[in-house]
Amino acid sequence: MQPDALKGGFADLPIQSATAFRSVLQAMARPGTIHQLAGAAPPPPLSVAAGVVLLTLCDPETPLFVGASVDTPDLRSWISFHTGAPFSAASAAVIAIGSWQDFTPLSAFPVGSAEYPDRSTTLITEVDLLGREGSNACRLTGPGIQDFYTLCLPDPALMQANRALFPLGLDFILTSDSSVAALPRSTKIEVM
Amino acid sequence: MTEQITTPSANDTNDAPKHNLEAHNFDATDSYNFAYLDEQTKRMIRRVLLKALAIPGYQVPFASREMPMPYGWGTGGVQVTAACLTPDDCVKVIDQGADDTTNALSIRSFFASTAGVRTTEATDKASLIQTRHRIPEIELTEGQLLVYQVPIPEPLRFLEPRETETRKMHALSEYGLMHVKLYEDISQHGHIATAYAYPVNVEGHYVMDPSPIPKFDNPKMNNCAAIQLFGAGREQRIYAIPPYCHVKSLDFEDYPFDRLRAPGACALCGADDSYLDEVIMDDEGTRMYVCSDTDFCSTRREQGHVGDQSGLFDSEEG
Repeated sequence: MQPDALKGGFADLPIQSATAFRSVLQAMARPGTIHQLAGAAPPPPLSVAAGVVLLTLCDPETPLFVGASVDTPDLRSWISFHTGAPFSAASAAVIAIGSWQDFTPLSAFPVGSAEYPDRSTTLITEVDLLGREGSNACRLTGPGIQDFYTLCLPDPALMQANRALFPLGLDFILTSDSSVAALPRSTKIEVM
Repeated sequence: MTEQITTPSANDTNDAPKHNLEAHNFDATDSYNFAYLDEQTKRMIRRVLLKALAIPGYQVPFASREMPMPYGWGTGGVQVTAACLTPDDCVKVIDQGADDTTNALSIRSFFASTAGVRTTEATDKASLIQTRHRIPEIELTEGQLLVYQVPIPEPLRFLEPRETETRKMHALSEYGLMHVKLYEDISQHGHIATAYAYPVNVEGHYVMDPSPIPKFDNPKMNNCAAIQLFGAGREQRIYAIPPYCHVKSLDFEDYPFDRLRAPGACALCGADDSYLDEVIMDDEGTRMYVCSDTDFCSTRREQGHVGDQSGLFDSEEG
């Protein structure tokens, strides 16, 4: 255990996790909208938003896959101390944390079954920037979206393939600095 | 030393707002975790809510807890509300449209005392509305959450009692049985006689039970700006409809879906477009029709709208 692992958690757990969850709930309900998160200080290279999402969703019941790009002893200690989540392989992960490169091929993660499509991994994906303009800008439509949103996605083709699995599939929570957006499996993606 | 308990005297009551039972002195925010449930339970429900939003209309199993109220009183809705609440929320609870029934009042005061949140009866001032069997008359807005209390989440349960089979039917989108049921309605009654818990199809995939709301309310679920969450405590299921979802009531080309509403206008506010409750007035068969949505009705009366029996309760209210 690294001594720094004890720092950087929520100071007021019930209130901060409730507030953070409400933002994540809005993000998942309205894919493409960007929300702000605060309250956690995870060890680098993890972003504040990714740290807040981990603290809000992970506990001893959620096997966690840690991607190579963020996998440091400091981070593992921090996650263990604050959430108690067991570390797991991709094939058993309920939640995964890392960059897009850590998650490919996506087929390593469970996408649920026809009877239980909810038994799939939620991937907390660190991106450089959560922006609406730039390379890989995509037009998002579907449940939760009145007209459309645009958002830059790490790999639109793979995410379209994930959408094609609906109602099976992976759900993505995209994080960058203190920003969070979500891309559930139900969202239709067109590259602009 | 005995603690002095202050109860409102009769004089206070007359000046107090209509439902002054809410102005209780009981504050449990220091005795319980925020919003009653422990953090691990809330995290479990929160993870389930995210999956439910990602798969609109699909019933996600969850580890429902015992709540300090009996099953059938909204244990599912209460758990979903507890997992979603923040201290900034303003909570409204309705039971069949009414803010002032035992169920609505006790759930509202439950969250006022365990989460310290503000409560309201005004639909447009609420950020989270927990409902039993109605959708408010006025259109909901983007910031709002609508939490439904659900008794039987499985729309196919009365047609097929085996969970293993209904799961397969959902997986295959095999809903012929439900159409047969609606068809039998037509062959027996000449029209689709199902009047509440009328099945809907969500985003062209899952058929979903909208909870026992009157089918008058079904069209309000379609393209709704608010997030709709459904909690069934005893049956341990949570499901959801994200905003602006396509929700279609099942029907046939030659027997299209039809909203059902008692004919006439509200006797108190004169509204001719709201869902009406029938109230028996005496033992001689006298009855009146009033808005089921109490906030909608009282707001209209404050605006000066009158029905044909508006003066009926004036003398009692003093």
